[in-house]
Amino acid sequence: MFEEIGTTSNGDLQINVGPQHPATHGVLHLVLTLNGETIKKVEPHLGYIHRSIEKMCESLSYRQFIYVTSRMDYLSAHMNNHACALCVEKGMQIEVPERAQVIRVIMDELTRIASHELWWGAMAMDIGAFTPFFHSFREREKINEIMEETCGARLTMNYYVPGGLMADLHPDFQKKVKEFIIQFKQRIDEYDQLVTGNIIFQNRMKGVGILSKEDAVSYGCTGPTARGSGLSSDIRKLYPYAVYGKVEFEEILETGCDSFARYMVRIREMKQSIRIIEQLIDQIPEGDFQAKTKAVLKLPKGEFYTRVETARGELGVYIVSEGATTPYRIKFRSPGFSNLSALDSMARGSKLGDLVAMMGTLDLVIPDIDR
Amino acid sequence: MGNEDLKILITELLPAATYDESGEWLNIVVEPASWPAFAAQLRNHESLQFDYLFCLTCIDWKTNLSMVYHLSSTRYRHNIVVKSTLSADQPQINTVCDIWKTAELLEREVYEMFGVNFLNHPDLRLLILPDGWEGKNPMRKNYEDPINMIKL
Repeated sequence: MFEEIGTTSNGDLQINVGPQHPATHGVLHLVLTLNGETIKKVEPHLGYIHRSIEKMCESLSYRQFIYVTSRMDYLSAHMNNHACALCVEKGMQIEVPERAQVIRVIMDELTRIASHELWWGAMAMDIGAFTPFFHSFREREKINEIMEETCGARLTMNYYVPGGLMADLHPDFQKKVKEFIIQFKQRIDEYDQLVTGNIIFQNRMKGVGILSKEDAVSYGCTGPTARGSGLSSDIRKLYPYAVYGKVEFEEILETGCDSFARYMVRIREMKQSIRIIEQLIDQIPEGDFQAKTKAVLKLPKGEFYTRVETARGELGVYIVSEGATTPYRIKFRSPGFSNLSALDSMARGSKLGDLVAMMGTLDLVIPDIDR
Repeated sequence: MGNEDLKILITELLPAATYDESGEWLNIVVEPASWPAFAAQLRNHESLQFDYLFCLTCIDWKTNLSMVYHLSSTRYRHNIVVKSTLSADQPQINTVCDIWKTAELLEREVYEMFGVNFLNHPDLRLLILPDGWEGKNPMRKNYEDPINMIKL
């Protein structure tokens, strides 16, 4: 797991963390320079799961390329699809039916809860608490079941298409979501009792992995990582899309700048997601779930950029079109890549054991970084 | 600040800049040589404060390359896009990672994928591609790999 590479000229030790380390959640490879237990430098080495999605998309049509994006940040598959669908809709000037927009927001928020659940369990496990994993997966399973019924898949949903949704909701959808809300509201308080208030946990998290607001801006951090440093960056509030402008929710900001602040942002965000779903679940308008679109989509010549808030932060989709049926160039601005770049400045001067807590609260998903 | 106001202010800072206003945001085209000084002005000017580089990428137009920088201000929330045209044979431009730290990794990605040489970059080497990968830039349009199928 920790493999020694050698020593630098001034006697510092260099070791590998990963690419197959349980705490890196995937194939992240870090090369650490250590002086004793103190971290002097963190260098990420990427590419172990790079599939060249951007290049692949250049030969896929505007209907096809969305499916590939579910495989980027696989915990935010709906939001990835949402960003791509929005970008094509913006270029084609497709009006999405209200019903589809509302369902998209509900699905996005369910995904956000599922993603934060997995993060919560996995992060607690990283720093030595095994029980929370089972608690969080119990609730996450409910969301996966809801997704499975409506979308036919549990992880790579591919439910959004340009112009709306692939299919209408399952008849049991609203009933099941309401059941989930009741259950989840009881359970979220258990999370606080189990982990948040735990003194050992707090000692591991507080004052660890300091990311100042200036650094968060300069490193392009987004999502809970940035909001833990007091940087307002919620795309849902700043540049509302779908029906986010019409629902009430709070942008969670913490000013602690440490791992605990980032932890609290995600815990509080789950409660806001529930609040959004509660407002919409009985208000799903009747009507079409998909706008009428041409069989072959052609974006006009030009450049289109859309961004959405995924569970990890701002996902930008930048399409350069030459007027053909496939994009000329496509760029995914992934939240994980920028958040990872801040790890070096967060970790310098900390102890080796704290690195795992920092990586845990960055909530890195490696396929999102490698694309 | 709206696109029109930004255009007036930026013309004062860099009279040589040319504009494209067909898109959502103001597109500014600058010469590679004037980019580092202009970038610092964008970052530090009192009423611009473009402190947030949210996207840095490159486009291969076959005859030339185009660097694209998407900038935003966390204070004023205005956005611009800065572009710079580079030659396809020997593309090079000054780094901006001293102004926006996020550029360090993003420029390394562009370096290996498009072959753009970022001058004064502190640590310009391969990030994603395996060690020993030389001379071929996978995101270029003329890149073909007979073994690893990329085109579907």
